[in-house]
Amino acid sequence: MTAVPEGYRLDSPRSGRAGRTASRTNYEMYSWLFMRISGLVLIVLVLGHLFIMNILDGGVQRINFAFVAGRWSSPFWQVWDLLMLWLAELHGTNGLRTIINDYAERDMTRFWLKAALYTSAMLILFTGTLVIFTFDPNLG
Amino acid sequence: MAASSKESSSTDERPVVRDAPAAPRVPAGTLYRGREGMWSWVAQRITGALTFFFLFAHVLDTALVRVSPQTYDSVIATYKNPVVNLMEVGLVGAVLYHGLNGLRVTAIDFWSKGPKYQRQMLWAIVAVWLLLMVPAVFFMLQHTVMAIFGSES
Repeated sequence: MTAVPEGYRLDSPRSGRAGRTASRTNYEMYSWLFMRISGLVLIVLVLGHLFIMNILDGGVQRINFAFVAGRWSSPFWQVWDLLMLWLAELHGTNGLRTIINDYAERDMTRFWLKAALYTSAMLILFTGTLVIFTFDPNLG
Repeated sequence: MAASSKESSSTDERPVVRDAPAAPRVPAGTLYRGREGMWSWVAQRITGALTFFFLFAHVLDTALVRVSPQTYDSVIATYKNPVVNLMEVGLVGAVLYHGLNGLRVTAIDFWSKGPKYQRQMLWAIVAVWLLLMVPAVFFMLQHTVMAIFGSES
């Protein structure tokens, strides 16, 4: 024992790795931080969207193709909607990932639920992004 | 047979500790600590999950602008139905709660006095929620109420 200096000794040198999974990254910390930062931005983007679409100036009754065409003629609302789509979808997917991890106890149940979740997230992000970038106001 | 009889005999020889606190025989259930802290968290999960499922449908219905103006307008007409209109009020209420409580959770995490005032902050956001929901409900249901009970068609 005297060969190993004080402060460098291990409690039990031959024990295995501590913990269930020894992650090298801080993934869950970044996930936690992302929820708070994206949440703050989404408060402005989503509440603004709901206010304009549902409350202001007749609300949902005035929404139709021409209304959408008018909004997306402005790069400001295109960027707004694109940012809102990505942040909301990632924020929601990460939230559901947490819920699945909390309540689905069997490994295979968690695997398949998350496979479905990530598939739906990719579908929504791809479709939504495509629609914003390829919208044609003269369609039809 | 021999093994089981040996097992039972060893069980019989286990020392009896009379004054030890009784271990709980069943799990305490799925309730955490209850009260405001737990219920605000439960509501955060429910409103978040519901909003996520709505977002899925909403991106797909908006994608119909790529099909044709007529297709988009006919599906958007669903949103103007009185029953769906009520569900929109529910959506706005759910999202508003989720956002306000998210601010509270962020304050609990980052503000040094956040955990101390978490309960007061919950009642503060409930007050703000009520204050904003009253005019929101009025403007959101105005057309529907007029269409059903009023002269406007």
